[in-house]
Amino acid sequence: MTAVQEAWDLLAQVPDPELPTVSVVDLGIARAVAVTGDSVVVTITPTYSGCPAMREIEHDVKVRLAERFADVEVRTVLSPAWTTDWVTDEGRRKLAASGIAPPGTRMLPLLDFGRPATCPHCGSADVEELAGFGSTACKALWRCTACREPFDYFKAH
Amino acid sequence: MGDHGVEALLRIGDSCLVLAQRLTAWCGHAPALEEDIALANIALDVLGHARGLLTRAGQLEGAGRDEDQLAYLRSAPEYRNLLLVEQPNGDFAHTMLRQFLFDAWTTELWREMTASSDAGLAALAEKAAKEAAYHVRHSAGWVVRLGDGTEESHTRMLAALDDLWPYAGEAFLDDEVDVAAADVGLVPLPSTLEKPWRARVSYILEDATLPVPPDPWWQRGGRQGRHTEHLTYLLAEMQVVHREHPGASW
Repeated sequence: MTAVQEAWDLLAQVPDPELPTVSVVDLGIARAVAVTGDSVVVTITPTYSGCPAMREIEHDVKVRLAERFADVEVRTVLSPAWTTDWVTDEGRRKLAASGIAPPGTRMLPLLDFGRPATCPHCGSADVEELAGFGSTACKALWRCTACREPFDYFKAH
Repeated sequence: MGDHGVEALLRIGDSCLVLAQRLTAWCGHAPALEEDIALANIALDVLGHARGLLTRAGQLEGAGRDEDQLAYLRSAPEYRNLLLVEQPNGDFAHTMLRQFLFDAWTTELWREMTASSDAGLAALAEKAAKEAAYHVRHSAGWVVRLGDGTEESHTRMLAALDDLWPYAGEAFLDDEVDVAAADVGLVPLPSTLEKPWRARVSYILEDATLPVPPDPWWQRGGRQGRHTEHLTYLLAEMQVVHREHPGASW
């Protein structure tokens, strides 16, 4: 296994502090890895401008990669801006499995934040928005009109 | 350009910071849990924008001031925010109308800022533009719901419009600082944002069955450091811990 692959494997073990079922790789927060000898530089990109988890993510990445690399640097890069298009298929599966509807398809960038395709509990497509903001910056609160259960929706962004 | 660039960034950054501070006062007090969460989320985003802008302003200034020094160690006359954002929260109608007038401005501002000649600002804008678009969807929704709601909510929105409208136009008044900063492509010229802002505001107010008031003499001066009395109290609360315990850490 190459050192770069080892770094990615370690990153895949760093959970998002607020959504521990998915990793920083699943969410597309970890963007790039560069290895030189025993040093590694990881590029991460914040999800939302006010996301309070970013500093913790940086810390967790450093701690995890220190298991393999003597020198770990984490660079935060804003451009290109993070988008939910970077959430991996694996990430979408894990979100749905933990009851969070993954981001839906957008028709118009900037004017449209998508809608959940189906209720993560019962699979019905009859869903409606309860509130545009949820328990974390990246989620909104929706409910299913079939099974009546509320659920979190990972906003398309 | 150095000084003008710093000034221009503080005008936007301070507006974000002061509004974020205002919004956090709703935390635990909003009329419904969902709204409590929404306002706190919006405050976090806007605070994030303020941090990016103040950090960059400090770098351009070159005097070694970071975001914390700029936020916590300047007094009211050194603040460059719009008068609109320092106005008290009032009732929910006042808070939401103020938010809508602000969001309608930043939606245009950030979209234009993505073309800034400063790569760091352009990157910040790329992210902020998406967030502002989500905020304006929320605040515009409330303006419509309250304006076109009950007799009570309509009356309160009219009162909010009376109180806040005179502060709405300051964001679009250019001075030599704005012209210099726009000439080098750092920020858009404020007056160029007025037309799309007006279009959105008129559309939403009409949808809310509220009148679009005639243009008054726009209250101004915040961007030059002349503020209403409200800012002093806000800063006193925001800065007291930092000033009492300089350099303290958790």
